[in-house]
Amino acid sequence: MQHSSTQDTLVGLFVAAGIAGLFFLALQVSNLSTFVEQDSYTVTASFENSGGLKVKSPVSAAGVKIGQVKAIRFDPKTYQSVVEMAIYSQYKTLPSDTTASVFTAGLLGEQYVNLEPGGAEDYLENGGKIEITQSAIILEKALGQFLFKSAEEKAQEKKK
Amino acid sequence: MIKFLNTLGKTTTTSFTKLGRGSYFLLETLTGIIDVLPRPRLLINQVYSVGVLSFLIIVISGLFVGMVLGLQGYYILSDFGAEETLGLMVAASLVRELGPVVTALLFAGRAGSALTAEIGLMKATEQLSGMEMMAVDPIRRIITPRFLAGFIAMPLLAALFSAVGIIGGQMVGTGLLGVDDGAYWSQMQAHIDFDDDIVNGAIKSLVFGFVTTWIALFEGYDAVPTSEGVSRATTRTVVNSAFSILGLDFILTALMFGDH
Repeated sequence: MQHSSTQDTLVGLFVAAGIAGLFFLALQVSNLSTFVEQDSYTVTASFENSGGLKVKSPVSAAGVKIGQVKAIRFDPKTYQSVVEMAIYSQYKTLPSDTTASVFTAGLLGEQYVNLEPGGAEDYLENGGKIEITQSAIILEKALGQFLFKSAEEKAQEKKK
Repeated sequence: MIKFLNTLGKTTTTSFTKLGRGSYFLLETLTGIIDVLPRPRLLINQVYSVGVLSFLIIVISGLFVGMVLGLQGYYILSDFGAEETLGLMVAASLVRELGPVVTALLFAGRAGSALTAEIGLMKATEQLSGMEMMAVDPIRRIITPRFLAGFIAMPLLAALFSAVGIIGGQMVGTGLLGVDDGAYWSQMQAHIDFDDDIVNGAIKSLVFGFVTTWIALFEGYDAVPTSEGVSRATTRTVVNSAFSILGLDFILTALMFGDH
């Protein structure tokens, strides 16, 4: 086996290219760049039904992502779903009467929490609670209601 | 009937004996690491022949695999009006599965077979016994550097394969088929998780590198020292590596992505 400096250079280039590939995967492909520990504060909200919401689902206001869901648990006393959200610290000025609702991006897309700012003078703080919430729309329920309603209407028309 | 039982028993014992020898061989190789580290020259030479020389085949295959994924993914996804998720599909399949597995298969064919043939021939031409005569431990001098080189090169090659494949998918998807470039990358970034996908893919490629190099070196070291024996050992390297890569991939995938 020959010892030449060209070989060393090629090995160096190879290792550098491999590491560059890893960096590319980490920074350009994965969510690492958006997931860098941003300063955030926690806000909770209780929903009747949080639907298909998951940990790490986005929290957005006016269509802009301002945080993500940190934890979801079931409250055995109120029988509600308690959703803990981490809101990035740069969005500190959410009014205390902000409403939270669970929406779906597109017909079959993923679910996210939408925050609708209210008009109160004071702001939500770390550990604050969003009082007004709107549950996820469960597609099966909505369909069921629609079918039931149309069947009822038909029955009434027959009676006439 | 008795003959059948005889062969069955013999095959079983031989394969277990071989596994035992293989494990002992691995242990000796690993203890040799201490001797190799102060002599990086040995390692650099091997990284060159195992890694740098496999560079081109990996990059070209990665590019084409990514381009095919871009095409096929586009045809299927456009049926559902979901072309925007093309980037996610290409990246997820490359980073999780195709990157580590195809790289390992190519690596076994390109570098593994070469290692087996090289060491088998060294044994057939009695170079290894010659070394022992000179009180040089052939395992530490010959095997360990090659083992380390394979272990280092494999994850780097797999990362390159995935990265080049994603770029190939982007070339076809956004350049040829008109998927939005921003959507291609943003869908990917939104759904590919660093810990779940990239790190697990890298762990896979490390495991595959370990196993493939081990099999290749052991088959060469254990070969019958004739030209026919070396050729058989080379074939066994490729076949056994492919089996272990695919089997291990199933187990690793079940362990890593089972909770989703």
